[in-house]
Amino acid sequence: MPTGIRDYPARAREIIRKDPLVRESVTGATIAFDEKRRRSYAEIDAEAWRRWAEGVKNHTLTHLDRYLTEAEARLEANGAEVHWAEDAAEAREIVMELAQRHSVRDVVKGKSMLTEEIDLNPALERARIDVLETDLGEFILQLFNEPPSHILGPAIHKSLQQVRNLFTEVLRTDSDADPDTLAQAAREALSDVFIRADMGITGANFLVAETGTVALIENEGNIRLATSLPRVHVAIVGIEKLLPRMTDLAGFLQLTARAATGQPIGCFVSLIQGPALHPEDDGPEEVHVILVDNGRTDVLAHEHAWEALRCLRCGACLNVCPVYRQTGGHAYGYVYSGPIGSVLDPGLLGLHEAMPLPFASSLCGACFDACPVRIPIPELLLEWRREAQEAGLTPWKERAALAGLAGMATRPGLYRAAGKLGSRLAGTGMARSLPMLGAWAEDRALPKPSRRTFRELWRAGIE
Amino acid sequence: MNVALFVTCLADHYFADAAADTVRLLRHLGCTVSFPEAQTCCGQPAYNAGRQGEALRMARHTIGVFEDADAVVVPSGSCATMVKKFYPRLTGGTATLADRTFELGEFIVHRLGVTELGDGLAGRRIAIHQGCHALRELRLESEPATLLEGCGAEIVPWEAHDECCGFGGLFSVKMTAVSAAMADRKLDTLPEIDWVVSGDGGCVLQLDGRSRAREMGVEFVHLATALWRGAAAPGGAR
Repeated sequence: MPTGIRDYPARAREIIRKDPLVRESVTGATIAFDEKRRRSYAEIDAEAWRRWAEGVKNHTLTHLDRYLTEAEARLEANGAEVHWAEDAAEAREIVMELAQRHSVRDVVKGKSMLTEEIDLNPALERARIDVLETDLGEFILQLFNEPPSHILGPAIHKSLQQVRNLFTEVLRTDSDADPDTLAQAAREALSDVFIRADMGITGANFLVAETGTVALIENEGNIRLATSLPRVHVAIVGIEKLLPRMTDLAGFLQLTARAATGQPIGCFVSLIQGPALHPEDDGPEEVHVILVDNGRTDVLAHEHAWEALRCLRCGACLNVCPVYRQTGGHAYGYVYSGPIGSVLDPGLLGLHEAMPLPFASSLCGACFDACPVRIPIPELLLEWRREAQEAGLTPWKERAALAGLAGMATRPGLYRAAGKLGSRLAGTGMARSLPMLGAWAEDRALPKPSRRTFRELWRAGIE
Repeated sequence: MNVALFVTCLADHYFADAAADTVRLLRHLGCTVSFPEAQTCCGQPAYNAGRQGEALRMARHTIGVFEDADAVVVPSGSCATMVKKFYPRLTGGTATLADRTFELGEFIVHRLGVTELGDGLAGRRIAIHQGCHALRELRLESEPATLLEGCGAEIVPWEAHDECCGFGGLFSVKMTAVSAAMADRKLDTLPEIDWVVSGDGGCVLQLDGRSRAREMGVEFVHLATALWRGAAAPGGAR
C-alpha cells in the first residue's frame, strides 16, 4: 500500500500554516487525555505495573509460536474458526470469502487500526457491501471521508463546530447541538443498522491463549452490539496481541484503560470465546478469528525494534508528544502516527518506506514515561536513525557536515578556529544562504553570538 | 574542590557570559576551576543523527580531555546527559567520566549541598523551562527551582514548563515548521514574568529565536547567570 510518509515535513508544515484549527483541536484534546492518564498513573504504583506489563509482553513475544498455537487450539475447541493471514491481501481475501459465503450485504465495524492497516473498507465497498463504522469518532470520519488521525480518538483533529456542521447537514441536528445530543443522533442513526447487519467486524485488544478469549475494550457499547447482533463476527487480530493467561488479561485491561483515558477500566469489556452454544442463546452463529502477521514477524526478528510489538495501542505516547500535538496523525501519512508510528512503521513497512519518520522527533523522551509497557521509543528512534545513516537514506550534505564536525572535534586547534568563524557567520546576513541556518531562519531570528567567546574571556581572566 | 569546566559549544560561542558566570559561581562556592583547552564538542549532534561512529570518536576525545578531572561541571543539561547517559552506551559502559560529570544545578545541590546562594533575585518573577534531557534522562526536576527560590526568586507556574521547546538539534532545521510550532506552544502559554530561566543554551536559542521573530520581548536568562546574580548581590552567602 503506498503511503504518504515521505511528505511528512511538507504536510506537517501545510497543516500548521493553513489549518490552525487542527493544531488547536489536537493540542487541546491530547492535553486533556494526558492529564487524565497522569492522574490515573498517580493512583497506582505505575512504575511497578509498567514493569510487570513489560515482562509479560516480553515473555509472550519470545514464546509467540507456543501461545499462538495454544490460542488456535482453544478457539477451535470453543467452536470458533481460526484463519492465518501472512499479509494485508490475504487478510482481505479471508474477509471477502467469509462475506461471500454468508451473502453479506451490511457490515458493522468496531474501531480497529488493523483494519485500516489492511485497507479493508475499500475492499468491502468494491464488492458492494455496505460498511458502517459504529465507533462515534470513526462514524464521524466516515462521513468526512477521512482516515483516523489518532489511535484512540480518530476524529481528534476535528473541532466541535466542524462536527456540528456535519451533523446538521447529514443528520439534521440543531446547529447549536451539544456533544451529548450529537452522540445521541449518531446512536439513533446507527441503531437500525446493527439489527440489519449480517456481519460484525472488530479488532481485538488482546487474545488470551489459555482460554481462546478475544478481549475488546470500549466506552460506547457499539462493539458489544457489533459482536452480538450480526450472524457472523469476524475479529481481525495482530499476532502480537497475545496474552498467556486470563490473570494477565485482568491486569492489562486496567493498565490499558489507565494509559489510554485515565479510566480504571473501560466502560465495556467484551470477552468473546466462540459462537452461541445453542440456537436460543444470544450471540453470533459463527465467530472467525483472523490472525494477521503483515510484517510483524519481521519486526520481531529485528534486534531492537521488536520491543515496539509490546504496544497496546493506547495512544498515551501520542497524547504526550509535543511533535504529534502540532499536526495530529494525518501529517505522518500512515495508519500508525506519533511516537509509536515513528518506530513501528519502519519495522512494518521497511525503513526506506518509512523515512523520514525516525527523524520526526526532538527525542524529548515524554513518550517513554507515558508508555504503559515501557517501549524505549527514543532509543528505538536512534537505532532507526543509525540504520538510515548506514543505508545512506539521509541527505549527503548532512552526513558530510557531521563527519566534518567529528573531524574538527578531535582536532582542538581546528575546532577553535572553525567554531569562531562559524558562529560569527551565523550571526550575519550570510547565514540565510547556508543550508541548515537558512531553514532555521525561516521561522526564527538568527542566534546572536557572544561578543567574545568564552575561551577568549578565560584567557583574558575572569573576575 | 577542584572542578573542570566543560563549557560546551553553544555556551562557548553564544552564552560566553553565562559560562563566565558559571566560573564565578563555582569559585564563589569555594571551588578551584580549571578549563582544559583541548575540549571540543561532546558529540551529541552526531549521536542524535544516528552517526554513532563519529559520536564515539568525539566521546573518546572528550573522555581523554577530562581524564584527570575529579569533577566536571557542565552548564547544560543536554550535554551533561550526553556524557552521563549516552557515553556509557557508546563505549559499552566503560566511561567513568559519566560518574564524575554533573550538570551545574545538580552539582551545586547534590555535590556541594548548597541551596541558599543569596537573595539577589528577591522579587524577581521567573518561569523555568525544564530541558528534556535534564528532566527525563537525568531526572533533575526540582533543582533549578530550589536554587532560584534559594536566591529569593518567585517561581511562577507555567503549564508548559516540562514540554519540549522543539529544538532537538538537527530536528529544528529538518522539521522546522513543527519545531517552531512547538516553541509557539511554550511562548503562548507563558505567564507574566520577568525572566524565563533555562539550564540549556540550545533551548534558549530556539525559544529566544522564535520570540524575537515574533517580537514578543521575552527575556531569557541562562541558569548560571541567574544564579550568579542571585549569589553575588549584597548579602549573598554560601
